[in-house]
Amino acid sequence: MSGVTTFLRQPLVVALILIAALLWLGETLSPGFASGQQILRLLIVAALLGIVAAGQNLVILGGREGIDLSVGGVVSLSAIIAGNLMAGENGGIPLAILACIATGAFFGLINGIGVTLLRIPPLVMTLGMLGVLQGLLVVVRQGIPSGRAAPALADFVSRDFLLGLPGILWLWVAIGLVMAFLLSRTVFGHRIYAIGSNEQAAFMAGVPVKVIRISLFVLSGVFAAIAGICLLGYSGSSFANVGEQYMLASIIAVVFGGTPLSGGKGGYTGTMAGAFLLVILQSILTTVNIDESGRQMVFGATLLVLMLFYGRGRSMRA
Amino acid sequence: MASIEAPARSRSSSAVKRAFERYPFLPALIILLVLIALNGWFQPRSVSLVGMTGQVKTYLALMLLAVAQTYVIYAGDIDLSAGAIVSLVNVVIVGVMAQWGGGGVTIFAALAIGLATGLACGIVNGLVVAALRLQAIVATFATSIFFTGLALYIQPVAGTPAPTAFWRTYGGRILEIPFVFYMAVLFAILLVVLVRTRLSLRLLAVGDGQQEAFQSGLPVTRIRMGGYALCGVFAALAAFCITGDTASGDPLVGGKMTLFSIAAVVLGGSALSGGYGTVVGSVIGALIIGFINSLVFFVGTPSEWQNLVQGAAILLALMTGVLVGRRARA
Repeated sequence: MSGVTTFLRQPLVVALILIAALLWLGETLSPGFASGQQILRLLIVAALLGIVAAGQNLVILGGREGIDLSVGGVVSLSAIIAGNLMAGENGGIPLAILACIATGAFFGLINGIGVTLLRIPPLVMTLGMLGVLQGLLVVVRQGIPSGRAAPALADFVSRDFLLGLPGILWLWVAIGLVMAFLLSRTVFGHRIYAIGSNEQAAFMAGVPVKVIRISLFVLSGVFAAIAGICLLGYSGSSFANVGEQYMLASIIAVVFGGTPLSGGKGGYTGTMAGAFLLVILQSILTTVNIDESGRQMVFGATLLVLMLFYGRGRSMRA
Repeated sequence: MASIEAPARSRSSSAVKRAFERYPFLPALIILLVLIALNGWFQPRSVSLVGMTGQVKTYLALMLLAVAQTYVIYAGDIDLSAGAIVSLVNVVIVGVMAQWGGGGVTIFAALAIGLATGLACGIVNGLVVAALRLQAIVATFATSIFFTGLALYIQPVAGTPAPTAFWRTYGGRILEIPFVFYMAVLFAILLVVLVRTRLSLRLLAVGDGQQEAFQSGLPVTRIRMGGYALCGVFAALAAFCITGDTASGDPLVGGKMTLFSIAAVVLGGSALSGGYGTVVGSVIGALIIGFINSLVFFVGTPSEWQNLVQGAAILLALMTGVLVGRRARA
């Protein structure tokens, strides 16, 4: 393959080209779609998804069919907890953040323990955990009000914070930088790739496979919890199953970012682009004037077409 | 890391081991029997013929969908669109029956169209996953969105009633025996026939090792597509049962069933990685979910706690099943 084709085949490049194409398409279909304000709004929505996808990305990178289906439940639960602890007061923010992160870490820890020590397949473990979380949400919602976001949190998510950008985008950029540093410059990051590409070899080389895999699930829970807090700030109050939409969307964002579900390769920079790509696509479909049914059909078909641009499985060779 | 820490087992356990190898659903069967006993303990009427009929009537659809999912999982794939296919077939058959009047012949015509719809959806899934080689989880999620859109196009809101003759038959009796039991027997015969076909064995071979299967001359792509096609057909059968049970069309009726069908397959002792499993196990797995749900109700759990207790019990059963199954096979 020539240099140009190799360049064009890089997932991040693919995602960026697709983003540009979709923005152009959106602008053509409804003028003003790609204006600065609009793009800023799309980026905020993408940041919410992107933060969930950060944890999902780590779990998937760690391999052994790593996947976290429980992220949606953690997002919902975190939004409820945060809403109730701050109850519209700025003073409650620190406690809310602590409680949410602890909750996310707790469920991530159980997932991690189930997957490593009990060796339950991640899909099964996190699917079961999703059922538990959904049940817990029903219980939690019974007694208490839905809660309200503190004004400072709402401003952080949607108002100017620094250099004309809202705080959540700075948070997302910070997470992106931390993830890039973590994955490429630290021992922990290298070990994630090691267990993701060949767990047996990594184990033989003395990598503490179980500890690392548990910490990936804990991080996934923590990122989902952070996203839940931000989501509360975005929507003002929490409502039932607000996080459900993030379960499979976060996985698709990771795939669109060039991390294959088999793990061991890829990274978070691509995932950020993948999250933005997915949000633009959804937004275009809401601006176009078609029925909900048509919108879903186009969305499903487009996802399939876009997947063709990314890693397809190897063809069988004798 | 089983290979590293596999301990030497005493010879006395080899009989148990062989039994588990031959019948991987044994742990599930034990869990199921315990659950039925508990159901009977807390609500004696639940183990009566009427109680059992109700249970089968409600969960026959999930059993069929679990079997559908099993064929895909045999080959190491997964189908996240199974529930969406159920919804689509549900609105298609209810729509056709309403369009052509609810007579006997039209009902059979509608069911035939429903089967064809399920088959078509399965083939679409097979094409994107096996032929285009997209990753099964995300690709079937995308097709599930598409199928749901199609269902919403056919019937935007829930509520079109199914013809009386249809649900009366499903919920009724023939010669004093509930109709669903005839269905269950037919279903059992169908499964026995399918177990003896080449496709089941070949799906398992592909799941065991795609490359090896290919190198020994198996048409891997066609086999995987066959698994998805079979999944679509069984999802259509599941939709018939749902339609008989709910007596109406609902474009979102099957959505929640997908994840339960996967849980049922795992509960039944099949390996998600493919190459190992039984359809009987999946049927038992679906029944376990059903009896957990009814038990939670019978022990008098407050309504707002029911979902949590159900979720926790299913998680516990999943973990027990995986652990016991592996211990027995180790």
